[in-house]
Parts: sequence; structure tokens; C-alpha cells
Amino acid sequence: MALLSFERKYRVRGGTLIGGDLFDFWVGPFYVGFFGVTTIICSALGTALIIWGAAMGPTWNIWQINIAPPDLKYGLALAPLKEGGLWQIITFCATGAFISWALRQVEICRKLGMNYHVPIAFGFAIFAYVSLVVIRPLLLGAWGFGFPYGIISHLDWVSNTGYQYLHFHYNPAHMIAVSFFFATCFALSLHGALVLSATNPGKGEAVKTPEHEDTFFRDSIGYSIGTLGIHRLGLFLAVSSAFWSAVCMIISGPFWTRGWPEWWNWWLNLPVWR
Amino acid sequence: MRLAFSLLGIVVATLLTVAMLFTPGWVRPPIISTQTGYRGTGQEQLISAQNKRILEAANALPAPIDPASPSGERATSAYKNVKVLTDLSTDEFNRLMVAITQWVSPDQGCAYCHTDDLADDGIYTKIVARRMIAMTRDINKEWTSHVGDVGVTCYTCHRGQPVPKNVWYENPGARHAGGMAAHNYGFGHPSTSNGTTALPVDPFTPHLLGDDNIRVVGKTALPTTRGASIQQTEQSYSLMMHMSQALGVNCTFCHNSRAFLDWSQSAPQRTAAWNGLQMMREVNAVYLETLKSLYPANRLGPLGDSPKANCGTCHQGVSKPLYGQSMLQDFPELGGKAAR
Repeated sequence: MALLSFERKYRVRGGTLIGGDLFDFWVGPFYVGFFGVTTIICSALGTALIIWGAAMGPTWNIWQINIAPPDLKYGLALAPLKEGGLWQIITFCATGAFISWALRQVEICRKLGMNYHVPIAFGFAIFAYVSLVVIRPLLLGAWGFGFPYGIISHLDWVSNTGYQYLHFHYNPAHMIAVSFFFATCFALSLHGALVLSATNPGKGEAVKTPEHEDTFFRDSIGYSIGTLGIHRLGLFLAVSSAFWSAVCMIISGPFWTRGWPEWWNWWLNLPVWR
Repeated sequence: MRLAFSLLGIVVATLLTVAMLFTPGWVRPPIISTQTGYRGTGQEQLISAQNKRILEAANALPAPIDPASPSGERATSAYKNVKVLTDLSTDEFNRLMVAITQWVSPDQGCAYCHTDDLADDGIYTKIVARRMIAMTRDINKEWTSHVGDVGVTCYTCHRGQPVPKNVWYENPGARHAGGMAAHNYGFGHPSTSNGTTALPVDPFTPHLLGDDNIRVVGKTALPTTRGASIQQTEQSYSLMMHMSQALGVNCTFCHNSRAFLDWSQSAPQRTAAWNGLQMMREVNAVYLETLKSLYPANRLGPLGDSPKANCGTCHQGVSKPLYGQSMLQDFPELGGKAAR
């Protein structure tokens, strides 16, 4: 069954959030929709502005291109284009493109009568980005708190922003987020390995069933979460990673200005051993 | 059963999250920020408006004292046994004594150092005070690389207390095992001296009394020699933690963390801090440690050493002691620019 003939019967009209029938069509394999159009506009404009910013900058070295946010003195106002204004427009474009993409996923879900797990999950990734360049700057009162757009420069920002709290690994939400990231990788690799091991048996062996997969884990750790359950777990772990990353940044600055090691004084001061 | 486990999980997670929020130290916007590097590099200092108000109140200057004339009768002819303040007039001398009483021993008064015979050196605090005045004048004259024109007075450290709030003693660390496990280098004992981390508990003896190398970062991309040991490195980091806490600043106040060692990428404050470290070594070795034999046992540390100074002794949580308000301008008796 050719992919397109297979898809054709799912290419149903309707389900749009905005624009009615106007953008309700496909280009090749891609559904367009109102939010497809806004995605294209935002991402094309944002990318063009990044290239323009690079052209105005001192280097075309891909590692060193840097489009930095404004100085803190501009607060939450608009900055001159060459002094961070460009960063502000690019941030607007990026946020617009990401949210458009999520809403386009919503429209596709509605067409297919599916639930909204995918756009909601993607929403957590958008939340993590937005909390860095919008929510935290708003709470701290200056766009200059956003991270710069550049490969090395954003790493320098990460490093210095971490050292603003002396030792960022002591940030409890960062600890939770990192643990979830590791757990996500762990669960995904176990899941991938399990499925591949069942579907790639030795020469002459029949392909194995989910019952084999369940039994493998029951034999090894006494419990199998099951074929549907592993995907619930995967979604929970991945979404939690993004959520706690966002939390660990939002609390750093607006709600905690000291070194993160100091937060653990509650532990040192527990009445048991203080 | 499954439902029970899920519910238990949700309850535990919620309780932990709520408990996290009720730990001390949280702040809320508005946050006052200062940018110290190029935009977007993340070199910023943050403090909540609320905490700034508290710190400003704690760093208010004491009541001023009317100035005295530097001419007229000399202190050396009015008083006996004047050894350091030999260049002052009697009026200036008396004014400084009043100020010292207000700054150092407001509750104890003159009798904290003096007996009825003012020339008597019988109380050890008087000899200590004399040494401290010499130290203050030395700092104001010779260490402008660190204290600038703002200078220091007795109040910078004492703040109305006979013993400054932030002093340190050599710390042998917690008791440890013998044999092959004989030393843990003071790791794993959070205290105020190491910024409540697991870093070594006494970064001061090697760095602020001795002159151990603080710069432990390798200078090449790949190691070419053994370089600094882990122990040395953690000592340096412990000292840096102390400096951050003492000044109420974070690492980016002096450093660009992309290259901690590189002076050309560091903030100018790093130069002031370097001079401050040299100053501390002199203050501790020349002026403070040598007073050891004078002190009664209750003033000495666990190893019998005298109380010594670190960054927190003067700074007390702000990057410029007393928020950079100069008391020295009003007290030319203590040397410095005003006296010149």
C-alpha cells in the first residue's frame, strides 16, 4: 500500500481551529492549515533575521556567530535593533513558530479524532524554551536575562548563569530534571532494546510477541509495565524532564538569588543533628 | 493495589514539593540586578529588593562625631606611653578614643582597654588595640590597591563588637580515622567557611595565612603536566566559595566562567580581589597571628592560634564594605588620603 494512497482516506476536511477551509489543504505530504502558514512565516523571518544578524556581526564562523539579548538597562522595553532588538524579534518569531507548530499538531489531531497527547507533550518543550527567554526575563524585569542565540555564546551564558548560583548542581529542581533526563534515556533504551530483541530473533526463530517481552521483564525484575504502560511511563518521564528544567530556571533568580548550596541548609539544620 | 501505589506516589511527590517551598531563603521579585559583562554573557549580580533593604539597614553608618583640630597641643605631650598615634593633636587623639569606644566597646566603655592609669599597658586589649590602629593606618596608606580612597576604620570590622563577627581560626577538621584513611582533607563538613558545601573546611590557613597557589586551572587545552592536585583545587574552590559568601556576590562578579584563569576576560574586580588576598596575608601574618601570646585562652582557636581576618571580616555580605560609604574621610586620624 503506497503511503499516500493509505493516507488519502484520512485526509478529511475540517477540524481547523482558525481559518476554516481557507488553509485546509496539503502540500505534498504536509498538512498546511492556518498554523502551517504562521509556522512558515515565523521560522522564515526568524532564520532570515539570524542570518542578517550574523552578517552584521564580526564573523561567519558558525561556532562564533552570536545574536545577544539587550543590555539589562533596557529592562522590558524594546532595544535598538543592533543592540538586542534583533534578539527580541527573533525570540518573538521563535516562540510564534513553536506555538504555531503545536497548534498545527492540534488541528491534525482533530482531523483524525485523536487525543492531544502529542501537542501537549510538545507544549512542555515550548514551555522550557519560553521560560528561559520570556517568563524568567519578565520576572527579573529585563529581556537581557534571555540566552544569546549562538552555538558557543549560549554555552557561555549557561556556564555563567550556572555560576551565578555558585554551584548549579545543588539546585533541587535541576537535580530532579537531570534525574528525569537520565531516566528518560534509560527507559527509552530499555524499551528500544526490548522491542528490537523480540523482533530480531536468532536465525530460524519466529518473531516473538509482547508476551515474550512482558515475560522477559517479569523474569528479570519481577514486573513488566506492559506495552501501553511503557509509553505512558515514557511520556511522563520526558514531560517531567522538560517541566523540571523549566522550573529549575524560573526559580533561579526570581525566587532564589544566593548560591544553590545554601538552599540545603534546611538539611544541615534538621533538628536530628543540627 | 496499582491505584494505591499511584496515589501514594502523588501524595509523596506533592508533600516533597510543598516542603521544598517552605525551606528558608526564598525571595520574590522585584529583583535588583547589575550587569557586569557584555550583554547576553550571563554576568549578572542579583539581589531581591527586600534583602537589599535589610543589608542597607545593617550597613548604615554610626552616628558622626564632630571633627577635631589637627593643630594645638600634641597628644604625645598630653599623654604618656603614646606609641602609634604620635602625630595627632590631643583633640584628635581624644576624638579617636571616643570613636573607638563607640565602634568597638560601646557597652564595656573605656575600661575595656584602660585601667585608671591611662598609660598602663596592663590589659591585653590595649596592646591589641594599639596593634589594630597601626594595622588600620597601614592598610589605609599601603593597601589603596584594595581599599582605594574609601579606606577602613575600626568600625568596618567591629560594628559595635569587641571581637568582629567574622573571624577565623585554623580548623583541623572533624576527627578522622587513622592508617591509610588518615586524612580526608576536611571534605564533607559543610560550614560557613566553605559556603555550606562539601569542600575543605579550612581554606584560610593555606591561602590567607600561607601563600599557597590559588590559580589551579590548567593553562593548556590538554594536560601536559600533573598540574594541581584535587586537594589543592578544592582548597581554591572553597576559598572562592568563602569570597562569594563574604561579598554577597557570585562567581561572575570577577570571572567569566568560560575561562576562569584568563585575566583579559575577567572583570576589573578580580584585580581588587587579588590585591585583597595579598593584603589579607599580610594582615594575618604580620598583625594578627603575632598577637597569639597576648590573648587569654578563651580568645584562641582549637589549635591555640589567634583570631584572624578573612574577606567576610570587613565585607560582611556586601561587595564594598558598608556599601562603599567612606568613614575614613571623616577620620583623618586613621591615615589614608584625608590625612595626606
